Amino acid sequence: MKLLAIDTSTIACSAALFDGGDPRERFEIAPREHADLLLPMVDALLAEAGWSREQIDVIAFGRGPGAFTGLRIAAGVAQGIAFGLDIPVVPVSTLAALAHGAMREGGGTRVLAAMDARMREIYWGAYELEGGGRLVARGAEQVCAPMDARLPVGEGWFGAGDAWDVYGDILRLRLGPRLAGWDAGRYPRARDIALLAAPVYMEGGGLPPEQALPVYLRDNVAQPKKRKPSAPE
Amino acid sequence: MRVIGLETSCDESGVAIYDAREGLLAQRLHSQSRMHAEYAGVVPELASRDHVRRILPLVTEVMREAGTGWGQIDGIAYTAGPGLVGALLVGASVGRSLAWSRGLPAVPVHHLEGHLLAALLERPAPVCPFVALLVSGGHTLLVKVERAGRYEIIGETLDDAVGEAFDKTATLLDLPYPGGPALEQLARAGDPARFSFPRPMVDRPGLEFSFSGLKTFAANTLLGYRHASDRDRLRADVARAFQDAVVDTLAIKCRRALRATRLSRLVVAGGVGANRALRQRLTELAREEGGEAFFPRAEFCTDNGAMIAFAGCLRLQGGEWTRGGFDVRARWPLDALQAIAPG
Ligand SMILES: Nc1ncnc2c1ncn2[C@@H]1O[C@H](COP(=O)(O)OP(=O)(O)OP(=O)(O)O)[C@@H](O)[C@H]1O
Ligand SMILES: [Mg+2]
Repeated sequence: MKLLAIDTSTIACSAALFDGGDPRERFEIAPREHADLLLPMVDALLAEAGWSREQIDVIAFGRGPGAFTGLRIAAGVAQGIAFGLDIPVVPVSTLAALAHGAMREGGGTRVLAAMDARMREIYWGAYELEGGGRLVARGAEQVCAPMDARLPVGEGWFGAGDAWDVYGDILRLRLGPRLAGWDAGRYPRARDIALLAAPVYMEGGGLPPEQALPVYLRDNVAQPKKRKPSAPE
Repeated sequence: MRVIGLETSCDESGVAIYDAREGLLAQRLHSQSRMHAEYAGVVPELASRDHVRRILPLVTEVMREAGTGWGQIDGIAYTAGPGLVGALLVGASVGRSLAWSRGLPAVPVHHLEGHLLAALLERPAPVCPFVALLVSGGHTLLVKVERAGRYEIIGETLDDAVGEAFDKTATLLDLPYPGGPALEQLARAGDPARFSFPRPMVDRPGLEFSFSGLKTFAANTLLGYRHASDRDRLRADVARAFQDAVVDTLAIKCRRALRATRLSRLVVAGGVGANRALRQRLTELAREEGGEAFFPRAEFCTDNGAMIAFAGCLRLQGGEWTRGGFDVRARWPLDALQAIAPG
């Protein structure tokens, strides 16, 4: 299996190739440059790995939550490539990817992924590594005020994501001694998207290209204008 | 040369396939205007969210309708601006990546160039040079088109675009957004003799337009007659007076433009170009000037994928395509474009 993974959900832009070994990755912090950088990154990776485009079996992408425009760039690129190559897509949660990265590098098994969602809210998700090495979500992903984030049971939780900087005080206060540490400098990355997507694809969980769609979590983005009564007076 | 065109600059998702030899093979459009109506204007984030759901199914449909497989496609064109950045990025990311995955050239297209050249999809097609009147939701331009790709702006609105003036006046008349077509419908029942609206900027030389005053004039007229017993009559009469004033003003400036440039062909583009009163008037005018007026069919006046596939095809034939990523631009001056090399 040859898997391509991309993520443009935050100020980071990344792409990765995975075929069973250690993923090959490009990662850059590059606000507002994703549209420029992403495909050249993939080209560079393919050249390095000696793969041709046509060999790609599946494309995974960070489906959100995250910056709306970035989510659509990844979804759009995933749609285009999957449709053009006639291959499936695997949407991956960016919060799960963030948690997975923290575990992969930090070694823990319990992560609270939190990204700044602006408007005084955060994107929030709790993840645990189970016995078989499988990442499972403890409760649904949320967009909420830091005060309203649902806390999981148990101890030894590790915080990951930029909300641990912006809203770190509130979150730490709420967790108390159940928080083992945090790293606010982490972003979701394509390497983890790839590692999470591979088993999904192997188990037949790939989707058709047009189902490469963002999951925004925040859905109240506009207020309908009240219609004025049609006849004045 | 056979090209897929993607348009997502505002609130329509449009996809089409154009073949340089066989012409337009298929085209599909999804309009979001109903979705935006309850917000009384386009909500950019909602527009982008809809494009990303619609665009690929539309591609599937046009390929099926055109009976075209990847083997016969020579390139992908997408609107790269001007427009809503988030919306543009959907067409650009999908279009550029489709091309990338197939090893095909991709070409970013200027949305207004698409509009300007839409009449060339029709038969008989106008030949260059010509004067183009672009009247859309966001623009009101008189353009001298020496040849495809070279656009000299010779007249422009100083405030509202014509389509915008139609839509704002339509709102005053309690018509649902976007109100241009509904206003035209309402004007048909109106009495042309009851009100006389001003013809802005016609008494001074030049090719500039101004339309914001007309909307204010309509508002004041409605206010002045707010106690009138027959409100439906009033609405129709105001619609008629407004439309007559717009058509008159555009006609006067078009006549001036033809004379100033010594050209005989007038090409109309943009959503307001669907207006029948305008089409009739400009057809007569061009004939009076010893020339001819050209219009795209109504569905190619408003945003559509066909005009993007067509303009993209010309530019691809001229040897243009993009390498690397997919930039889009909210603003992009029309006269910054380079002439298209003969294919
Ligand atoms: N029959 C009609 N009479 C008058 N106006 C019309 C008619 N049909 C459409 N319009 C107007 O045309 C405009 C839409 O045109 P179009 O789709 O070309 O504009 P746009 O794409 O929103 O703007 P732009 O291309 O400048 O970015 C709207 O303002 C609409 O009310
Ligand atoms: Mg338009």
